Amino acid sequence: MQKITLNVYRFDPDLDQEPYWKSYELPGREGVTVLEVLFEVLEHHDGSLAFRYSCREAICGACAMYINGSHRLACKTQVSHLGRVLWVSPLPHMRVIKDLVVDMDPFFEKYKLIKPYLLSNSKPPEKERYQSPDERRYIDEMISCILCGSCYSSCPSVWTGEHYLGPAALMWAYRFTADGRDEGDAERLNLTAQEGGLWRCHTIFNCTEACPKNINLTHSIQQLKKKAAARVLGGK
Amino acid sequence: MIYHQVVVVGGGLAGLRAAIQAVETQLDVAVISRVHPVRSHSVAAQGGINAALGNAPEGADDSPEKHAFDTIKGSDYLADQDAVEIMTREAPERVIEMEHWGCPFSRTDEGRIAQRPFGGAGYPRTCYASDKTGHALLHTVYQQCLKQDVKVYEEWSVVRLVIEDGECLGVIALNLVTGELEAFQAEAVIFGTGGAGRVYNNSSNNIINTGSGMAIAYKAGIPLKDLEFVQFHPTTLATNNVLVTEGARGEGGYLVNNKGERFMKRYAPNAMELGPRDIVARSIQTEINEGRGFEGRYVHLDLRHLGRERILERLPAIRDIAISFAGVDPISEPIPVQPGQHYFMGGIDCNSDGETRATGFFAAGECACVSVHGANRLGGNSLLETIVFGKRAGDKAAAYVKGKEKTRAGGKALAAALRETEAEIDQLLGADGEENPADLRDEMRRVMFEKVGLFREEKQMKEALEKIRELKDRAKRIRISYKGRRYNLDLACSLELEGMLLMAEVICCGAIERKESRGSHYRVDYRERDDENWLKHTLAYYTPDGPRLDFKEVTITKYEPQARRY
Repeated sequence: MQKITLNVYRFDPDLDQEPYWKSYELPGREGVTVLEVLFEVLEHHDGSLAFRYSCREAICGACAMYINGSHRLACKTQVSHLGRVLWVSPLPHMRVIKDLVVDMDPFFEKYKLIKPYLLSNSKPPEKERYQSPDERRYIDEMISCILCGSCYSSCPSVWTGEHYLGPAALMWAYRFTADGRDEGDAERLNLTAQEGGLWRCHTIFNCTEACPKNINLTHSIQQLKKKAAARVLGGK
Repeated sequence: MIYHQVVVVGGGLAGLRAAIQAVETQLDVAVISRVHPVRSHSVAAQGGINAALGNAPEGADDSPEKHAFDTIKGSDYLADQDAVEIMTREAPERVIEMEHWGCPFSRTDEGRIAQRPFGGAGYPRTCYASDKTGHALLHTVYQQCLKQDVKVYEEWSVVRLVIEDGECLGVIALNLVTGELEAFQAEAVIFGTGGAGRVYNNSSNNIINTGSGMAIAYKAGIPLKDLEFVQFHPTTLATNNVLVTEGARGEGGYLVNNKGERFMKRYAPNAMELGPRDIVARSIQTEINEGRGFEGRYVHLDLRHLGRERILERLPAIRDIAISFAGVDPISEPIPVQPGQHYFMGGIDCNSDGETRATGFFAAGECACVSVHGANRLGGNSLLETIVFGKRAGDKAAAYVKGKEKTRAGGKALAAALRETEAEIDQLLGADGEENPADLRDEMRRVMFEKVGLFREEKQMKEALEKIRELKDRAKRIRISYKGRRYNLDLACSLELEGMLLMAEVICCGAIERKESRGSHYRVDYRERDDENWLKHTLAYYTPDGPRLDFKEVTITKYEPQARRY
C-alpha cells in the first residue's frame, strides 16, 4: 500500500505557547484504522503523543476525535476510507489537556445534572418490572449512546452557551422519561425545561450527524420539548 | 496523602458494584480508575448474564442448582463448588436488582427479562440486552454511582499495593493527566482491575487489559491462583479479534468449514455449536490446522438463515462490528471467525467474600479467582461474577472497616512506598536504554499465543518461558522516549510491561507444571484429565527469581467429578 501522511494537532499546555500541526509519514497497511496509526506513532516515532483509547471496537467511547473534517471514533475509522492524508485533531470546542485529549468534565457534569437513572417512588416488585418489547424497542436507539462527547462538541448552542446542557444530557433525560418504569417526568422536566435547557436546541442536527452510533438526538430533544409544552398547555 | 475509608481500584462492573455496596453503609468510598468508568472492559461484554429466572418457556424448570451443575461441569470440576452455589443462588436477585436500577434488558412477549441459550448450559438462562449487555449493565451501575455521589479518580493508574505485616495500608497511584504520584491511604482496598488478556496476541480484550492489578497484588505477596487457565473464545473476528458473541450461536448461528460442513457434529454431537468454549475453540482450531479453514486461518460463522429481522433485533452490534472491521454484512455473508484470547479464569487468590491473604485487601471480578470458573468459564458467568462478588466484596470490606478497632499508623510505610516508586519512575524516565517497550510487548504476545495457547506441549512451553525471561531481562534496559510527565502514555505503558511479563511467566510456569488436560489447559503430551494428581488449584507466589508454586484443594460439595461430554 502507498504511504500515508498523518497530520496531528499537537499541544502541551506546559510547554507550548500555542497548538501546532505535526506531520508523520507512515507505511500504509490493509485494514488499518486511525487508532492503529496513532499507536504506530506513539510506539515507534513519537512517545510524547497523547490520545485516549480503550476498547478499539466502538463501544467504550474513549477515542472520539475530529478526523478529516468530521467527528469520528478513531478505532472505527478505516484509513482507506479517507485517502492518504489524515488530519486528526481533538474534539472541537473543548479544552485541550494535551494533544488529542480533551477535558470531558463539563460534559459528564451536565449528564449527571439530568439524573440519568431510574427515578421511582414506588417500591419495586419482588421480581422484575414488566416492560413490553415495543416499549423496550422505543428506547433501543437512545441506550446505544456511548458518552463519547461527539454530539456535545458539534453543537453550536454548546459553543455559545456555557450552561447549555447539550444534546447527550437532554437525550438521556428523554430516554428515562420515555421508559415506562420511570416516574421522574416532572423532576426531569424541571431540570431540562429551563434557562440553559432544551429550548436552546435550535434543531440544527449537528449532533445527529456527529453521532458515531447513529442516534437521532435531535428527535429525542424535540420529544422532550413536546412533553414540556404539554405540561404547560395541557394535553399530551 | 489522600485518605478514604475504602478505596476501590477499577471502574468496571465489579469495582463499581463493590463501591455502591460500601457507599450504602455510609462509608467514605472512592474509586480509582485507569479510564473513565464507562470505558472499562465490562462495556464490551455482549451476549448476556446468567441467572436461573426461568423466563423462557423451555427454561421454566431451571434452578440455581442446575445452573451450578452446568457451571461446575463447564469448569471441568476445578471450580470450588461452594462458591459456585453462592453465585448461582444469588444470581436472580442481582439480575433483578439491575432491572430495578433501570437496566434495559431485552424482553419476552409478556414483558419479562428475555433469556437466550448459551454454550454449556442446559437451559436458556442468559439474560441479555440485545448484544450489548455489558454496555447496558455498566452504564446502569455507573448511573447508580452518580446517584450515590461516589467519588471517582479518573485516569489514575495504580502502580503499587502497600501491605505491611499482612495488613493492607493503601495504594500508590499515578495521575496520568499531571504525571504526579500520590499515596492513597485506606482502611480497606478492593481490586476490580480486570484481566490480563493483552499478554496474548489475538486478544478480544480492551487495549487496557494488561493485568496490572493482578501483577501489583502478586508483587505485594498475594498469591495468584490457576493463572494457566486462559480462555480462548471460539469466535473472534478474523481481522482484528473483536469478540463475536456466543449469543450469535445461541440465536442459532452455524459454524461451517471450507467443505460447507457444520463440523461441530464431530466434536460435540449433542450440543453442536453450543458446546462449552474450550471445546468449541479447539474444534475450530483443529479444522483450521487440518486444512478445512479458509485462507488457513478462520472458519465461517453463518447467520444468514436467521433472517434480516432477527439479526437486526438480537445481534445489531455484531452486524456493525462485522461491517466495520471485516467488511462483511452477516445478513448476506458469513462472518470470518477464529479463536482468540478472551478471559482469565485465574487471578488473585480470594474467597467468596473477596478476602485475600492480607487483611483489608479484597478482590472481585476477572482479576480475582474465587474460584467459580475453574478450568473453563461458561459464557454469561463473567458478568454475573462481577456483580455477585463485587457486592459481596463491598459488603465484607464495609463490615471489616466498621469493625476495625483502630487504624494502623500506615502513613510512614505509605510515604516510603511513595518515595521508592517516585525513584523508580525517575530512573525509568532517566534511563537511556536501547529496548523499545512496545517491541518487547509484541514479542511476548506472539510467543504466548503460539506456545502457551490452545494446544500446549512441554518443549514449546519451556521455550516460551525462556523467551519471557529473556524479555524480562531486556525490559531492564528500556528506553522511554518522552521524558515529560503530562499524559505520558509511553511511561504508563512501560510501567504496565513489567507486570505483563510477570503474568506471562506465571502462566508458563503453571502450565508447564500441570501435567494433564483440563478445560482450557489442553496438553498434547498429556491429553487426559488426571483427577488423582491434579484436582487442585495452582498457587503462584512472587519471588525475584520467578514464581514459587504451591497447590490447594478444590472444594467439592455434591457434584462428583465425571467425564465431560456434550
